[in-house]
Order: sequence, then C-alpha cells, then structure tokens
Amino acid sequence: MELYMAIAIGVLFAVGLYLILSKSLLRIILGTSLLTHGIHLLLLTTAKLKTGAAPLLGQKAEAYVDPLPQALILTSIVISFGVTSFFFVLAYKAYQRLGTDDMEELRGNEDE
Amino acid sequence: MNNWVVLPLLLPLVTAVILIFLSKKVRLQRGISLVSVLINLAVTVLLVGQISRDGIQTLYMGGWLPPHGIVFVADMFAALLVLITLAAAAASLLFAFRTIGEKREQYYFYPFVQFLLAGVIGSFLTGDLFNLFVCFEVMLISSYALIVLGGTKRQLRETLKYILINILSSTLFVAAMAYLYGAVGTLNMAHLSERVAEAQQGGMLNSIAVMFLIVFALKAGLFLFFWLPGSYSVPPTAVIALFGALLTKVGLYALIRTFSLIFYHDQGFTHSLIGWLAAATMLLGGLGAAAYNDIHRVLNYNVIISVGFIAFGLSVGTREAFDGTVLYLLHDMIAKALLFLLGGMIISAAGSSSLNQMGGLIKTYPAVGWMFFITALALVGIPPLSGFAGKLLIVSGGISAADYWLTGIAVFSSLMVLYSLMNVFIGAFWRDDPMLPAVERKKWPAPVYVSVTALLIIVLGFGLGAEWVYSFAGQAGEVLSNPSLYIDAVLKE
Repeated sequence: MELYMAIAIGVLFAVGLYLILSKSLLRIILGTSLLTHGIHLLLLTTAKLKTGAAPLLGQKAEAYVDPLPQALILTSIVISFGVTSFFFVLAYKAYQRLGTDDMEELRGNEDE
Repeated sequence: MNNWVVLPLLLPLVTAVILIFLSKKVRLQRGISLVSVLINLAVTVLLVGQISRDGIQTLYMGGWLPPHGIVFVADMFAALLVLITLAAAAASLLFAFRTIGEKREQYYFYPFVQFLLAGVIGSFLTGDLFNLFVCFEVMLISSYALIVLGGTKRQLRETLKYILINILSSTLFVAAMAYLYGAVGTLNMAHLSERVAEAQQGGMLNSIAVMFLIVFALKAGLFLFFWLPGSYSVPPTAVIALFGALLTKVGLYALIRTFSLIFYHDQGFTHSLIGWLAAATMLLGGLGAAAYNDIHRVLNYNVIISVGFIAFGLSVGTREAFDGTVLYLLHDMIAKALLFLLGGMIISAAGSSSLNQMGGLIKTYPAVGWMFFITALALVGIPPLSGFAGKLLIVSGGISAADYWLTGIAVFSSLMVLYSLMNVFIGAFWRDDPMLPAVERKKWPAPVYVSVTALLIIVLGFGLGAEWVYSFAGQAGEVLSNPSLYIDAVLKE
C-alpha cells in the first residue's frame, strides 16, 4: 500500500513543481496547493499505513492507527490554508495594481 | 520545570491580541508595544541570570513529560538570542514610531511586529521540531504582512516572490519532518538526538539531514539566498532592520541547533558540506556587496556574507568555534539592526538609494556619518569593537581544525565587508560633487536618535566588555559542543 501512495505522492510533487515553474501566477498558486497535498499524504504515509481502528477510545479495538501524524497534518492543513488564501488575495491585488499575472514581467525594473 | 520560560513568548502574543482592538489609537499602540518589549527584556535578563546560576531551564507544557508533550528549553544560547532579539526589536520600534507613517500604524503594524516577535522567540525556545515549524510559520506569515503593508507596486511584486520561496521551503520542512518521523518515530529534539545516535547516522539519516540543511539554508540565506536582496529592499527602514536582524538568524539558529544536537554523528559528510556552502555564500555575498552602487543592495549582501561566516563557525564544530559562533551571532544581530537603521537614514536624507546620486553628507549629518563608520568597523571586526572577539575565535578554531581554505575565504570575506561598507561611507559622506543636488538638512524626531544611539552603545559595550559577554557565550558554546548536557536536562530531570 505504501508503494502506491509513494507513487501517487511522487506524481503530485512532479505536477506541483511543474506548475510552479510556469509563467502564470495562478498556475503557480495551484502548484503550491498540489505540493502541500503531496506533503500531507507523505506525512500520513511515512507513519506507516497499518490497519487499525480510528484513534477514538470509544471504539474497542485491538489496534489503533497512529494518531500523531493526523494531528500534524491537521495543523499543517490550516497553516497552508491561511497562507494560500493570503497568496490568492495578494495575487489579485498585484494583478489590479501591476496589470499582469506573468512572472516574466514581474521581474522588476529600476525605473519604478 | 520553570514557568518563566514561556513568558518571553506569551508577552508578545498577548500584547498583539490586545493591540488588535486598539487599531485606531496610534499613541496607545506605540506605548503598549514598547512597554511590552521592555518588560519582556527585563524578564529575559532574569532568565539569563537564572540559567547562568542553575543550568538549562525547561518547561513541560501541560505537565506531559517529554517526549510525549511539547517542551520549552531555555539554554544559554536560546536565552541570549531572545535577549538580543528583544533589544533589536525595541530599537526598531522606537525608530518606527515617527517614521513608519500614521496609515501603516492604523492598519495593524504593531500587532504584526508583536506576532513576528512571538514567532521568533518561540522558534528560539522550543524543544520540539514540529513546534519549531509552527513558530516559523507564525514568524513568516507576520513577515509577509509586514513586507506588503503599504501596498506599493514594488512591495507587491517582491512579496509574491518572497511568499512563493517560503511556501516551498516550508513544504520541504514538513517533508523532511515526515521522513524523520518515519525513520525514528519521534519529534522531540532531545529524544531525536538519542534515537539518531542509536540508529547510527548512516545513508538515510544523512539524506534527511541534507533535506533539513536545504530547508534552513533557504530560510537563512545560506547559498540559496537569491530571494533575499530583492525582498529586503522594499519595506520601510524599521521593518528592514527588524528583518535583517532577526529573520535569517532564526534560520541560522535552527541550522546550528539541528546540526549540533541531532545530526552530529557524521561530521565528515554533513559539516564539510555546510563548510563549502558557507564558503560559497561568503564569496558570492562578497561579490554582490562589491558590485552594487545601491545602499539597499550593499547592505543586503552584507547580511549574506555574515550568514556564511556564522555557518562556517558551525561547520568547524569545535568548542572554540562554537563559542565564537555564539558571540558573532549576538554581535551581528545588533550590528545589522544598527546598520540598516543608519542606511535608511542616509537614504531618506539623500532622497535616493543610489550612491551615484549622493555625496558630501558629512557636512550636514556628521553624527550619522561617524556612527555609520563605527558600525562598519564593528562589522569588519576591528579590535576594540564588537565583531572582533567572535571572528577571532571562529578563525582560530578553523585554523586549529586545519580548514585552511575555508578559513582563508572567511578572512577574505571580512575584507569584502570592509571594502563594500567603506565604499558606501566614502560615496555617501565624503565625495563633494558640484553636479549633485544640494541636500536640505532633514531633522529626524528624537526617538530615531535614541534608538540608533542605544544600539551604538550596545555595540561599543559588547566590544569593550567582551570578556564579560564571553562568560555567558561560553556557557552557550559548552552546550552546543556537548549535546548530552541538553539531552540530560530535557529527558532526565
């Protein structure tokens, strides 16, 4: 199971990085969110995908899955959610003020 | 257990929340934020005194024993960095009061500064890797807001790049943490250190170590510094001073902590890699500092040179070099804050940041000129001033470890610092050119002078009282060079 997850995560990473290297700002932001999806799945996978009950004590079970990575992922999700929404608003504002979403044209000149 | 350890983090956090409700009352905001930082400074002085008497202080959050809960660890290194952070922050705040502009002050400038401080101080004090990540994010998100606050075109453009780079490095940070958790099954730094020692740092742990190296190098501007010169030249002076003094240094702190506490078993591989990265950083930073005729650029490349120099101290890894690294890091935070504040004063006096469009300022601003001169000499490491002791220890550590090439590059980098800063000094203050527009004398409000004078006094005192400072920095170096002290303090109380 870990192998399939690893392949899926690798694909997410590859697509995310490809999008980040493109010119359009919106594609770059989409790339970062794909990358964070990959990271969260990676956190889940490296902590071993053994079978077990959900980590709730009410379920009387022999084995539970590791609760720690789930807490880490939850934290990381909300952080990346906050950062991504800031990034989107910044991109919107930049588009309004600078009139372009092409990263080549955002390189910066001395004449401003 | 010592509850005081969390206070330096808690004070800015609570202050920031209070300040959010007072956003339109500018004077009240100024007062509260400065008082909070000064109280925090007093608390940290007490904490440093306690550590020097009783050793490393720890706090188990919620009473959960490590490695199960989050632990806050104040060893001498972390506490001294918190102290210097607060001193630099107090000076930057004083400078900001009358220069940052009413508009920014009404739009949550002070809360953002306090959140930035909370993130920085939390990163210094935490003893848990994931908590370090969260504190990094607190710091970074406030820094995004502080860079873009004001919303000019240049700010928007550079913030886009700054955010993108930091999202990437944070993502890599989580990935590195996922691999490390998968490999050894813990996130508490002291416990990690034990587990890594048990597992014998081999191929896989080495590659995880290199991932951490890339992450922290991106944050600190070690070799991967391409984002730094642009983004550190757009915000207002007080904000740049805060960034130049604090942000890259947090990355350096994380680098030093990780490679002195967790991944120190295969120094031939990891530390020599850091050494060559440091050498490349010093050379490239030196080239950048010498090449530009723009004050912003010269100062930003000087940040990069000093990052390389401190990382060189880490890569040597002897007791002597660690002592020097701590001393130099402390000096550099204060001196860089002072340098950026003075640089900002020069730019606002001349009305341009290009050295070709200024000159002869020494007649109108003798005080600023000589202060800049002294700061430049301190950064180079001229003996009675603050940079000397740290540089001497690092260089002699490098020679005794037989790293002649790297040590040579480190010494050469001081020459580049001297050349670039004297270039600024001569260009801005001496050269009298009849073609240049005459500069009208600009009077800054009193808090501006108070803040730069206070920083200058610290720089001078730091150099003249080096023996006394060394008695503290030596304790920090002892823990860094002997990680079992840290592990014992956290795990076996």
